[in-house]
This record gives sequence, C-alpha cells and structure tokens, in this order.
Amino acid sequence: MSIIEIIVLLPLLAALAIALGAPARFLAFGSSVAVLVLSLYTAFKFRTNVEGLGALQFESSRPLINIDGMPDISLGFGLDGISLVLLLLSAIVMVAAIWVSPKESDIKGSARLYYLSLLLIGGGAIGAFCSTDLFFLYAFHELALIPTFLMIGLFGRGEDRVRVAWTITIYLSVGSLILLVGLLMAVVALGGSTFNIADLIALANNPDTSIPADQQGWIYLLLLVGFGILVSLFPFHSWAAPAYSQAPIPVAMLHAGVLKKFGVYGLIRIALPLAPAGAEKWLHLVLILLLGNIIYIGLVTIAQKRLDRMLGYSSVMHMGYIFLGIAAGNVLGLSGAVMLMFAHGISIALLFALAGNIRESFGTLEFNKLGGLAGKVPRLGLLFGFAAFASAGLPGFANFAAEINIFFGGFANMGDSLGWLQWATIIALWGVVISAVYMLRAYRSLFFGPEPTTLKGVRDLTWATRLPVLLLLITLMSVGFVPELLNQFIRPAIDGFFLVTAG
Amino acid sequence: MPVYYLEIIVVALGLLMLMIDAFVKLKDKRAIAWIGMLGLGAVFLLLFRVEWPESTDGSFWQFYKAGDQLSLYFKGIAVLTTLIVLIMAADYSPIIVAQTADPEPGAHRQAGLGEFFALPMFTCAGLMWMASANNLVSIFVSLETVTISFYILVAYLRRNVGSIEAGVKYLILGALSTGFLVYGFAWLFGITGSMDLGEIATALAAPDVNATAALFSFALILVAIAFKIGAVPFHFWIPDVYQGAPTPITAFLSVGSKAAGFIVFLRLVGPFLGSPALVGKVTLVLGVLAGLTIIVGNFSALPQKNFKRLLAYSSIAHAGFLLLALASAPIVARENALGPATVIAFYLGAYLLMTLLAFLVMSTIRQRVVSEELDAYRGLFKTSPFLAVTLLIAMASLAGVPLTAGFWGKFFVLKLAVEQEQWLLLVIGIVGAAAGFYYYLKIAVSMFFESAPTTTEGDTAFPVAVLTRIAMIALTVLIFAVGIYPNLILGLLQ
Repeated sequence: MSIIEIIVLLPLLAALAIALGAPARFLAFGSSVAVLVLSLYTAFKFRTNVEGLGALQFESSRPLINIDGMPDISLGFGLDGISLVLLLLSAIVMVAAIWVSPKESDIKGSARLYYLSLLLIGGGAIGAFCSTDLFFLYAFHELALIPTFLMIGLFGRGEDRVRVAWTITIYLSVGSLILLVGLLMAVVALGGSTFNIADLIALANNPDTSIPADQQGWIYLLLLVGFGILVSLFPFHSWAAPAYSQAPIPVAMLHAGVLKKFGVYGLIRIALPLAPAGAEKWLHLVLILLLGNIIYIGLVTIAQKRLDRMLGYSSVMHMGYIFLGIAAGNVLGLSGAVMLMFAHGISIALLFALAGNIRESFGTLEFNKLGGLAGKVPRLGLLFGFAAFASAGLPGFANFAAEINIFFGGFANMGDSLGWLQWATIIALWGVVISAVYMLRAYRSLFFGPEPTTLKGVRDLTWATRLPVLLLLITLMSVGFVPELLNQFIRPAIDGFFLVTAG
Repeated sequence: MPVYYLEIIVVALGLLMLMIDAFVKLKDKRAIAWIGMLGLGAVFLLLFRVEWPESTDGSFWQFYKAGDQLSLYFKGIAVLTTLIVLIMAADYSPIIVAQTADPEPGAHRQAGLGEFFALPMFTCAGLMWMASANNLVSIFVSLETVTISFYILVAYLRRNVGSIEAGVKYLILGALSTGFLVYGFAWLFGITGSMDLGEIATALAAPDVNATAALFSFALILVAIAFKIGAVPFHFWIPDVYQGAPTPITAFLSVGSKAAGFIVFLRLVGPFLGSPALVGKVTLVLGVLAGLTIIVGNFSALPQKNFKRLLAYSSIAHAGFLLLALASAPIVARENALGPATVIAFYLGAYLLMTLLAFLVMSTIRQRVVSEELDAYRGLFKTSPFLAVTLLIAMASLAGVPLTAGFWGKFFVLKLAVEQEQWLLLVIGIVGAAAGFYYYLKIAVSMFFESAPTTTEGDTAFPVAVLTRIAMIALTVLIFAVGIYPNLILGLLQ
C-alpha cells in the first residue's frame, strides 16, 4: 500500500468505524491528525526537481474495471506539485475543522453522524485531489454531497436551513451531472481508451489524437459550467453564500476552504490540458464572468449586514482571482492561482472558525448588534484582525504572495497594447480595494465603536479554540513570508505543464 | 446439472409449498415461506454450477436458448428478487391475514397465507423461462405464466378495495397488451415464416424484407412490451397498481417483472436493430420512447406525497434510462463488449439492490404505521436510525450518487449516449437525473430534518425481523461493493 492510499483511506475507514460505534470525536481527530502528519511527510519526501505535470510521485494503481468496450478504470493515486499543495490544504483545514467542532455532549442530535460526515467531506476532497484517474477524481468529490446535505439540514443554524441544504445539494448535483457529461465527451473524443489523466493529457497533446477544435469548444464549455458551478463562478454562485452562512462552522470551513477548490483544480488539471483550444475560444466569456465574481459579488459583499453571509460572499468573490490566474494561462498566473487556492482556503477557514466563536459567545453575527468587542475579547480581536488582513491581501500573508503573482501574470505576455486580459486585470485590481473595504468595515463594526448594551460578558478564546486558529494563522504567515515553501512544489508542476502542452 | 432443470426445481418447490399448506398442520404458516427461501437459496447457488448443452436444436428443449450467460444472469435476478420478496412477505403476513381473514369458524387463523408464499415461486419460474426464451411461443407462454400469477398476487388482499381495484386495472390492461403482443407475433411470423428468434433475425436482415409490415409488427410488439416495462405512454397502470398491491408484490413487480420485460425486449428488438432496412426507424422510435419516459417519469415523481407512488414513478424513470441505453444501440451489435445488453443487465442488477432495499424498509414501517405517505417517515432518523440510514443509502443509490451501485448504471448509459452522439436524449437524461435528486432527497428531508408526528405510539424504534435485517445489511453492503468495484456484476456478464 502506498502512503497516498493510506492518506485517502484513513478518513474513510475512520468514518466507517464511527458508523459502527467507535468513539466519534477521538477517532475523527486522531485520524485527521494522522493524515496531516502523513501529508507533511510526503511533502518532505517530495522530490522537487522532477519536472512535468505528468511526473507523478508516490504513484499507485489498482485496476477496478477491465472489460471489453470500456476503458480501464483504476483506483489510482499520485501527487504532483499542485495536488500536493491541495492535499496539505485539505489536511490542515480538516484538523482545524474537527478541532473546533463541539464536543460530543454539546451536539444536539447524533454526534456520530456529525463527525462521520466531517470525515467524509474532508476525505472526499483528499481523495479527489490525489486521484490520477478521471473517474475517481469525480467520484471522490461527490462523496461530500450527501454528508453536506445532512450536516446543513440537521446541524445548521438559521430558520431555512432545510431549504438551503436542499438548494446546495440539487445545485451541486446538477453541476456534477453537467461535468460528468463533459468528462465523458472528452474521454470519448480522445478515443475512449483510458480514464488515466496523464494518459489523456498525453493523447490531447499529440496532434494525431487531440480533440478537433470545434469539439474542444463544446467540451470546455461543459467543463467550465460544471466545474464553475462547483466553484461558484458567477452567475452560478447563488448557492454558496446562504449555504456557508447556514452550515455548521466546520462544514463551512471544509466546504469553502477545501471542497470548493475542486472546481478550479479540475479546470487546471483537466479542462486546460485536454481542451486548450476551447479555453482560448471562451477566454472572453471567462474574463467577463470572473469580473462578475470580483466586482459584482464584491459590491454585494460590502452590502451584507451579517458576518457569516459576508464571509460567504467574500469566498465567492475571491474565486474570481483564481479564475483570473487560470485565464492568464502563463506560469506566473497559474502558480499564483494554485497558491491562492491554498491561501484562500486557509484564510476563509480561519475566518469562519473565528466567526463561529463570536457567534457562540455573543449569540449573533449581525454587525449592528455587535461592537466594541476588542475590549472584551482582545485575543479574538487580534486574531480576527490578522485573518481579515490576510483575506484582504496584505503583504506578509500567503494571499498577498498569490494575488501579486496573478496580477503580474495578467501582464506577463502583454503585446503592444492592452488586451482583454490586461483590461480585466486592471479592473480586477479594484477588487483588492473592495475587499479591504468590507473586511475593515467588518473589523471596525465588530471590534471597535460603541458597545451595544445587550451584550453579556463573555470569555475570550480558550486554548481549545486558540490552537486550531493559531495553526491556520501560522500556516498563512509562514507561507506569506516564505512563499518558496509552496512555490518549490508548484513551480516545477506548472513548468512541466507548459513543457507538455508546448511539445 | 443441465440448466433447464432449474425452473423445474423452482416449480416443484412451489408445488411442494402448496402441498404442505394443504396437508400439513402448521402452527405458523410462515414456515412455508422459510422453506421457499431455503429452496431459492439453493437454486441461487446452483446457478453457478449448471452446465450448458451444446445445442438445443431438435431436442425437447428447443425453445430454450443455449449457451447464454445473459440469461443465466437474469435467472439470478429472478431468484434473488423472489427470495427477498419472500422475506418481505413473511414480515407482511399479519397484514395479509387481516385483509384476507375468513370469519368462518374453525378455519386456520392464517388461512390464505400459504398461497401468498407459493405463488411467487411460479412467477419466479416464469421469469426464469423468460430469460431463456428463444422463440415467440416460449416468450409468450413464459410471459403469461408471470402475468397471470401477478394478477392473483396484486389482488390478493380481498378485503381491501385498493388491492382489488389494482388487480382489475392490471388484469384489463394486461390482457389488452397481451392481445397486441400476439397480433405483433402473428405479423412477425407472417413476414419471416418462423417462430425462432435466430431465423427471424436472418429473415429481417435480408435486403428484400417488407419494411412496412416489419415495422407494423414492431409497433405492435413495442406497445405490449412498453406496457410490461412501464414506458410512457403505456405507464398509466403503474402508479395505481403499485399503490394498491401488497408491498412485497409491488417490489416484485417493480424489479422482477421489469427485469424480465427488458430481457424479452432485448431479445425481440435485437432482430429489428440488426436489420439495415429497419434500424434507423426503430432507433428513432426507441429514442422518442426513452425521452418521453425519462421526462414523464421524473417530473411526475416530483410532487408525489405517497412513497409507494413515488417509487412507482421512479421505476418509470429508470425504465426511461434503460430505454436510453437501448436507443443508443450501436448499429453493429457488439456481443461481449459493453454494449446496450450488458449495460441494461448491469443497470437492472443495481436497480434490484437499491429498489428492494427501499421496499424492505417500506414494508417494515408499514407493519406499524398504516400508511405509506411520506409523512409516516417523518423523524425516522430519531426513532430508528438504522432504518433511516438504510433508506437514505437506497435513495442515494437510486439518485445515482457516485460510489454506489446506482451511479454506475447511469454512468454506463450516459457513456453509451455520448458515444452514439444522442445529444438531445443526453440533455433530457441530465434534466431527469437532476429532478431525481430532488424527489429522492425529499424522503431524506422527512426522515432526517423533520420531527416525528406526536400521534405515533411513543418514540420506540420500529422492530426489524432478523431475516429482514440481514437482507437489509447484505443489500447495503452490496450497493457499496458494486459501487466501488462494479466488476462484481460485470464479471457475471462476461
């Protein structure tokens, strides 16, 4: 058994054990820590001098289907720089999410179901990022579907959580179905002989077997819509903010932080290499949509009156930058996009964890009912400040390192005059201002200003919540100060990506 | 042991059960069902050990298709379905007794129960023959064996108006469709001069075939078979009959009858698809039928408030997906590859697992709550978490969530449609599958997110009989096992 197989199976086996009656919180936390340790170990062992997107490490493969008329499908895992970064992201957020989850006795309802669902959501994301087989990449992502539905409906906050649970599930399953058709079309167009991603990419880059350009257009469009729904690309974003604001905090952390990245991961890993002509064809559309994410949703975010909804919309907004990096389509842009996937995942999880804490202590997240918290809960205030600055993209945090790459990427291949991409980048820069506005406003109205008399005295962060929050914050800052920590993995993968597609 | 003894064993078993019912004084007549289960279990194991005759031509068994893995697989489906139906029927016996009880003094308090266990055995034998039928006469005879025993079983609850009504509806429409079938067969015989499917295929593939007459006979046969499998617009009987029939029989109809209908359909459509003169029009008709069935089945399921009716429409919807596979048949039939026949067989196997699981839960709940409305399932997760989670898994699989058996069925069908570039049908299929998520999750919403109605007696868990529990666990495990390793079923088809 390879180490990646262990990493993927561990959360799933733990979930099974919990279903059969093992102690829930203990096992969930234990297995997620074990996954984190193992992921760090793989990162440590990862050889960064191997070039090529197809150059996978820690590969393993077990054939599952082999019959005539059907390409072989195998349970294959492996890592390249991009998936390694996302594996680390998933492992870190999973530990933090399970850490901040309430104790078994504090959960109203079945604690077993609660922890089991968290493990399935996190484990599904890890499986999807590590899969080298198109089928399992898809299937692992779907593992989170039903648990998310149950978690929001059973343990969610707010009156219309059932409706919200329903909306997100139907919306995402429609997205997945569209995606499935797109993937099948790509596989069939490439000869229908394999589901192995590396083999498919090789076929797509061979002029003899690549997909005809007009077909590529259709396939890319389907993949864009399918993956786009999963990433809440404008105008397919409406499921995201209500779901994140109503979901239990750990689910919001895992979903906004980790699972949503699957869509952009899929675009980079599958849609771009398999249908490069399609990507070119729809570039203008993508640019317009991503500006919808950054500017329109950015303005919507400013208008929010509650912290959880604001965070939900802000996470939708930041997806626009990732798309911008993908649209730039060069080394700088793509590596910035991957970096931002990581940075945003950590920072939004951090913000949701803190928001959950505020809600727990004060019973509300509405801006006009809260204020002056800095005096009461100084540690929470300080940490929230860091998280808000990180999310707004201040230097010193990973988000800055990522966004700056994306913006430079927008100009890297500029011709004599400003093209669509450059104009989009210039407009997108204003998004930074927008996110600074809403983050600082939120910070001010929560922690400074007059204190409403309705608030009761409460305790500051305890160590039990401080530790997971610190874990996330330290990750953000260390990557922010030393981007090379992640760049050493990302760069060879992206370089290799261009090596393959150019040749 | 030659393969054709299997049906004889099943029939003998059914007769034995009837004899025991008549001549042995049993305290608890459920013992008859247990005998049946044991016997069917043995038959199921025998399926893996049978020998195929080289050829059946000229022998007494000439109506029996030789050397065909697919028919063995469908026999397996029939036996397994009947086995689980008997488990359900044993659980269901108090309701049967209550609805059939004879006030006559001196009668056994479970009078009328024995036949309810024995009749499914004859249905099972009919289903098994259907799988092997290779000629128009044997198709017809086996089909009628199945249908006639179903007429009785559907109307079995004679003190229940709903059951009687369902029986009459099924009888009238069933008889009508039989008429169409025979008429179609007559035309087919007139065109080809043969009753044997192999010879018919050769005759239809000839360049000088009378296309108009052949298409006419195809249309007649199509009407009859579309009735059996519940394809739109011949589906109107399904919701009413499903709702009225005793729950175990509904399960039997929904799985056994449908599977057998499809294998007959495959056998009968095969010769038409193999004819260059006819294949275009036949595929077009099948495509229209598939599209209509997917749309009507899925969208009629959306507003349903009765769980049985919901499953009835869901079974129509699944028939639509199966037709989609058939409509995407490649012009050159691929025998061993992942062609429509294999896909349909796989889909039906997966459908068996998840549908029977849903019905097992339903019949367990029906024993205490006299209702099959969705309201009866409210708050089930709090009172009986085991049943709720089991039903959730069945629903997830029916909706086609990956890593469950149901997903692979949809996956293979969609892949066929993509390969054959059936874009319009593909769009319809996607819309239908998306609608499916809505109505399958509706039941999950009731079970998990709503609180139990206060009128039910306490918050105690529903009792689940041992055999039922074993069956539920086995089906659940199989749903996931097939979902992760579909070769479990595909291997049987190679």
